[in-house]
Amino acid sequence: MIAIPANPTRGHLLRCGPGESILDLARHQSMGGLVALRKALAMQPAALIDEVKKATIRGRGGAGFPAGTKWSFLPKDNPKPRYLVINADEGEPGTFKDRYFLEQDPFPLLEGIAISAYAIGAHTAFLYVRGEFVHGIKVLEDAVEQMRKAGVLGRSVLGSPFALEIVVHPGAGAYICGEESALLESIEGKPGRPRNRPPFPAVAGLWACPTIINNVETMACVRLVLQHGADAFLAMGLPKDGGPKIYGLSGHVKRPGLYEAPLGLTLRTLIYDFGGGTIGDKPIKGIIPGGSSTPVLGPDALDVAMDFERIKAAGSMLGTAAATIFTEGTCPVAVLLRISRFYAHESCGQCTPCRDGTGWLERIVESIEHGTARPGDCDVLLSAANQIMGNTICALGDAAALPVISFVNRFRDDFEAHITGRACPYGAA
Amino acid sequence: MALAFSPDADREFDRIVRRYPNRRAALIPTLVLADRQFGYLSREAMEYVAKRLELPSAWVLSTATFYTLLRKRPTGRFHLQVCVNVACYLKGADQLGDHLKKRLGIGFGEVTPDGLFSLEGVQCLAACGTAPVIQVNDAYHEDMTLDKVDALIESLRTAPADGGAAAGPGGAR
Repeated sequence: MIAIPANPTRGHLLRCGPGESILDLARHQSMGGLVALRKALAMQPAALIDEVKKATIRGRGGAGFPAGTKWSFLPKDNPKPRYLVINADEGEPGTFKDRYFLEQDPFPLLEGIAISAYAIGAHTAFLYVRGEFVHGIKVLEDAVEQMRKAGVLGRSVLGSPFALEIVVHPGAGAYICGEESALLESIEGKPGRPRNRPPFPAVAGLWACPTIINNVETMACVRLVLQHGADAFLAMGLPKDGGPKIYGLSGHVKRPGLYEAPLGLTLRTLIYDFGGGTIGDKPIKGIIPGGSSTPVLGPDALDVAMDFERIKAAGSMLGTAAATIFTEGTCPVAVLLRISRFYAHESCGQCTPCRDGTGWLERIVESIEHGTARPGDCDVLLSAANQIMGNTICALGDAAALPVISFVNRFRDDFEAHITGRACPYGAA
Repeated sequence: MALAFSPDADREFDRIVRRYPNRRAALIPTLVLADRQFGYLSREAMEYVAKRLELPSAWVLSTATFYTLLRKRPTGRFHLQVCVNVACYLKGADQLGDHLKKRLGIGFGEVTPDGLFSLEGVQCLAACGTAPVIQVNDAYHEDMTLDKVDALIESLRTAPADGGAAAGPGGAR
């Protein structure tokens, strides 16, 4: 049974409500800050990794890979320096959770980075922040400077023999750089084109050195594990999916925003209890549960629990747990068009199925929306999407294909009505 | 006149270069700096960055042209970037965009003749909970409405030459 928090805009991860912030290291310390880092530094790195493994923090960037397991992939005998890279290139449409840490509450993130860097033996951590977050970059640089002055970062972290520098690195506008190997290329100063794997970054990452890449929220979770212990962290979530989660809510709801609850929250609780229901109390037509690449669900999925396993069983993915809702009266083809246009725009152009295929998807969806498509084009669309799936170096191809396949399958009547009526029946085109 | 960083930008450049084990890694932060300093990245600006970092200009050009935030042509003093992605679309981003196009008399990708405003449709700004969103230079303007857009345009028109609060910390770039 999931305990529903009384005030879901506050919790272990969300310490600040909308409009509030904690930008002062002294204030962070007065709220229990740096306790987790001190605990970590008193442990052996191997014991620390075991504690994080025990907490089963599944990565909060969307793929859900357990953080502790990822760390254990680092080769034991490689003499090269190790790097920790934090992915704050938040850009999956619908997702806006990491921005909270960057702009309102940077210290739990930075403390989590220090703990993780100590665990894996990295002395430099790169925090890759999307370039649009100019304000967040300034906040982070200021927070890093406060920590350096207080001896929390630098040659001796809190008086220990462990040295750590955190470098805030700006992106420059490319969704693909949220893909971990493209992100590494980008730090190296190159266009963000994903790498073939193997080798995986843990073996040969940044400048071919062993590298761990984790999400912002994952770092905040690492801090919680040290603060409260792995057992207490697990108790905040599910046996296999440890910890609390930040849920995002956007689209046609009365109270969009960020909410914190244990993993396994139902969509109904998120939308109706936290979000206050839909605008105009209209019935729900579609739910994109975890960012624009996750397959669209219908109102029949309202009682599905939002955790990695159960949302997968319902035919979609938890992704970033950022749900975008649209109500009856919304043209699903018009919604899909925005999504398909996005992936066509963001394809790096490296793999033919994605470079050409995402353009095909956009053009076909556009012609359906504008009433110029031919009978049978829904099948052409599905065929094009299926030819991208699994045929590209990185997951952007699948991310472009999955919404197309799920929208056509769920809203097939709407798509066909555009074609037979030679116009958008919703007047959205 | 040959391009060159201001003394402030020069200090920032040194700070950037020191952070990395090699010069190529400093490329994107340096291009961001050059974009701000020179208003956009002309071919000359890219060559300048290549010279300062001692990198082949082909490396600089291929990276500079890959990233959409790095401007390859001049924008207005106030660069209005309207998010057109799904969450903002559901909250009326198309109407905001159309309103701005009509009011300013320009389309996406264009600059007003007086050089004050430029308009662009951009992809997700990661502020979906406060959609629709417009970014003006560095600053996010969230939960926008047609009335708020009108008030914003008025405040920018009368903003002092050094930028004004509506363009966010750092002012116009």
